Amino acid sequence: MRIEGKGLVDRTRKLRFQFDGVGHNAFAGDTVASALLAKGQRIVARSFKYHRPRGIMTAGSEEPNALVTIGQGAAQEPNVRATVQEIYDGLKVHSQNAWPSLGFDVLEVNDFASPFLGAGFYYKTFMWPRSFWERLYEPVIRRAAGLGALSGQSVEERYEKAYAFCDLLVVGAGPAGLMAALTAGRAGADVILCEQDSVLGGRLHAEDFKVDAQSGSDWAMAAAAELAGMSNVRIMTHTSVTGAYDQGTFGALERWPGAPHAGSPRETFWRIAARRCVLAAGALERQIAFANNDRPGIMTASAVRSYLHRFGVAAGTRVAVFGNNDDAHRTARDLDAAGVEVVGLVDTREDAPRAQGDFPVFAGAVVENTRGRRGLKEVMVNAGGRIRRLEADCLAVSGGWNPTVHLTCHMNGKPVWREDIASFVPQDGAVPGLIAAGACAGDFSTLACLKAGAEAAQAVLKDIGMKPKAADVPDAEESPYRIRPYWSVPGHDRAWLDFQNDVTVKDIALAARENFRSVEHMKRYTTQGMAPDQGKNSNVAALAVLADVTGRGIPETGTTTFRPPFTPVSIAAMGAGAQGMGFAPRRLTTSHAASVARGAPMIEAGLWYRPSYFPAPGESTWLEACNREVTMVRSAVGICDVSTLGKIDIQGPDAAAFLDFVYTNTFSTLKPGRVRYGLMLREDGHVMDDGTTARLGDTHFVMTTTTAAAGAVMRHLEFVHQGLRPDWDVRFTSVTEQWAQFAVAGPKSRDLLNGLLDQPLTDADWPFMACGPVQVAGVAGRLFRISFSGEHAYEVAVPARYGASLFAVLVARAEQMGGGAYGMEALNVLRIEKGHITHAEIHSATTAFDVGFARMVSAKKDCVGKTMAARPGLMDETRQQLVGLKPVDATGMLTAGAHIFERGAAARRVNDQGYVTSVAHSPTLGHSIGLGFLARGPARHGETVRVVDAVRGSELLATVCAPVFYDPEGGRVRG
Amino acid sequence: MRLTCPLCGERDRREFYYQGEAVALHRPAPDAGEDAWEAYLHLRENPAGLRRDLWHHEAGCGAWLVVTRNTSTHEVLDVVMAQDERAGA
Repeated sequence: MRIEGKGLVDRTRKLRFQFDGVGHNAFAGDTVASALLAKGQRIVARSFKYHRPRGIMTAGSEEPNALVTIGQGAAQEPNVRATVQEIYDGLKVHSQNAWPSLGFDVLEVNDFASPFLGAGFYYKTFMWPRSFWERLYEPVIRRAAGLGALSGQSVEERYEKAYAFCDLLVVGAGPAGLMAALTAGRAGADVILCEQDSVLGGRLHAEDFKVDAQSGSDWAMAAAAELAGMSNVRIMTHTSVTGAYDQGTFGALERWPGAPHAGSPRETFWRIAARRCVLAAGALERQIAFANNDRPGIMTASAVRSYLHRFGVAAGTRVAVFGNNDDAHRTARDLDAAGVEVVGLVDTREDAPRAQGDFPVFAGAVVENTRGRRGLKEVMVNAGGRIRRLEADCLAVSGGWNPTVHLTCHMNGKPVWREDIASFVPQDGAVPGLIAAGACAGDFSTLACLKAGAEAAQAVLKDIGMKPKAADVPDAEESPYRIRPYWSVPGHDRAWLDFQNDVTVKDIALAARENFRSVEHMKRYTTQGMAPDQGKNSNVAALAVLADVTGRGIPETGTTTFRPPFTPVSIAAMGAGAQGMGFAPRRLTTSHAASVARGAPMIEAGLWYRPSYFPAPGESTWLEACNREVTMVRSAVGICDVSTLGKIDIQGPDAAAFLDFVYTNTFSTLKPGRVRYGLMLREDGHVMDDGTTARLGDTHFVMTTTTAAAGAVMRHLEFVHQGLRPDWDVRFTSVTEQWAQFAVAGPKSRDLLNGLLDQPLTDADWPFMACGPVQVAGVAGRLFRISFSGEHAYEVAVPARYGASLFAVLVARAEQMGGGAYGMEALNVLRIEKGHITHAEIHSATTAFDVGFARMVSAKKDCVGKTMAARPGLMDETRQQLVGLKPVDATGMLTAGAHIFERGAAARRVNDQGYVTSVAHSPTLGHSIGLGFLARGPARHGETVRVVDAVRGSELLATVCAPVFYDPEGGRVRG
Repeated sequence: MRLTCPLCGERDRREFYYQGEAVALHRPAPDAGEDAWEAYLHLRENPAGLRRDLWHHEAGCGAWLVVTRNTSTHEVLDVVMAQDERAGA
């Protein structure tokens, strides 16, 4: 029911929204909760476990009951708190966890079965048979329990991640936060003020306090306007600070409150690096547990005042008030003054203040029970043993205030119990650089909050070397709090503590009886304080009850750990931008467009994309294309983009000595103008990477790494230099992206290049493993006579900006000569035919000995990995070592990953002798070939072994052979 | 988490690559014996408290750093260049 003349909603701006398909009016500034309350909607949700009818309980992000789903289809968003969601025109809201409807929910049967459904019920009941766990119990339980559902579709709306930096982050814009931001902003500090609400002011809009001569609400508006005018202050409304992390890093979630809008992300997850933080998060009002205290219409007293003052909504027509502190009286007085009928004020304190209006006060009394299944009808008051029945449709409860200490616990801080306010307050220094101020530190009056905010900001300013001006704290209300703790009214019926997880006083007592006495055990046994709620409403009351039943004090019992996030953060926001192609950066070669244009399927190689094969007309399978490309390289010439291999430019007087140390073999003896293959070990003696390194000058080398290990090798080189040999004068630059490099491979490769290079190539000047500068059609490039294919081949490199055009020229010339471009499939077949290893073989558990390169570890010098590679176990003849494999039946197909057994041995682990790492169909040889590791492999060439692929369910007999299948003498490469 | 690179200033931890204990800077001589090599490669403390780790400012200046931090409080006490530590060793 609206009350004329009250509230900040704009009554000139009417909005329409739907709740469960029914249209309603609202005003600009309304939340879903305030609009539904104004319409008299009582049930807005069903509870998690018992499917009890539930109404709106609070007016903030701590709401445990009124969770709704907004939007439809892919944009459907479950578990939105109705108390936070602002109304926009056309908003569609749906209730959750009820079927077929809110008013009649089949699973309400759970509530009548509640004697059997207490804490631990599922653990005790659904134990056997085991086969029912996943097929029956879990699906059924999950269906019955729960919150809203996800759409199951990809998010279409945009989410964002963002970063911000400031001198001072102020969390919360109530009186303390506003005053802190004003004080720091006026002194010139860079301030970010985060407020989860749509307006700045916090409870100043929810009470009828005065600040100086103005209303608190007007003062807050003026403060907000002043802050908005400061260029050094950034105001972030709809932004909840969700976590506190190391070194002043904070997570925050900003919501777009309105209708979906193309220009605005639905949510943005912020990482804020703040030199200092003032936590002014306020406090949350707690309930008192009594029988049937979860009926629609039973609310926190502060929420009733919020709806009255901020939204101009009376939460009921006949309101009862129950409390253990003076806020209960404030509530009754405000309602009475606004013309709402107050049927009685029940105060647990014998010495309750006298009535401040036209309503009865029951001192030393408690609410013992309530009636009204679909909404509160009657409140039963026990006043000194005499039961009074009050007819009421709303009960405002104030059990006292819990400071919002959550962020101060995110880095292991343990809140401290304060007896005088019967609450936990933040531990000093719990988050380095963070000062808690105002209600979240236990100061509950407006004046105390304003002062604390100003003082905290002044302390921060001094700390960071800025000059604070004299604080100008306005005059404000300073009423005493006067609380006498009262947690739970004795009784037989269920009394709720955690409304969101349906945990009652009895459940806590049961947990204690079953010896889950530690607060952390109790939490896990009962689910109290779990899930989105994180115990905002219930934690302190639940542990007070636990303390009571276990005969301990509250501080001794302790709290459970409040963990981030303070309010739920959708995965879509945390992972914003990482969907689809955003998942990882895409690195594209200069020949990418040309490869795609030729119809080449692109495959991922790390972050790179490389052509798999280049289909020709008439080819229907990749294998046909691959076979053609292999034959083309062997018989004519092929072009392949090899730019993705890591290229590291190494320069300095000590470059040669450095390479001797990181490679097993010697590079200081390499002559300028020559290339050498190098093997690199990890310090534990296993192979790290391999590749060729070219000496361009006395003090200048270019190292190539495998595509996959380029980053790791660069990091390794820097480590070896900076960490082990900083005395060496040598520097490294990654030039992978700066050079486009193409393999020109095949017997016609020299002919192809000779028409393109400014100087023709001769065998005398360009023998195998030569390198040097060349002019490629007038462009300064580099040429390396190296070969991965086993053919007479070159790699030609030009600055990347010429890559696309060089690729086009090379391919065009190759095609004129009966060749063309080849892709990764053919590249792989060519290298397996030649027995060249890749990371399939140097997979981090193999040594130089294993791959047949033991002699590449120079005896004349130390190198990384040498000492440990010499361990007896790593040089043992029985180790599995590199071999070639070919099927006995030439039509057989080897498969990678298959394991090798002696012929006749059972295919069991104990008989395992090795495994297959790489396989290919060799068009050159006309049958399948493979590389693998076999125990005592080099001594077993010619032996027939059993190759079993348990995953694919296939097996065949294969002959062990040398790993080089093609041109083992290397005549073609040199010719 | 934020680290202050001696060359670049304070940066988010996403710019850094974590390597492990700074023991790795003190490579034994080739003939130091099995025990020294085993300790160098495999034996690591796991203290609740101070530890010194290697971090690589990979997305920044490329410097390898020795970071002293407290694993209990998350406090970062010191960041120095690995090459300076070696020079002083």
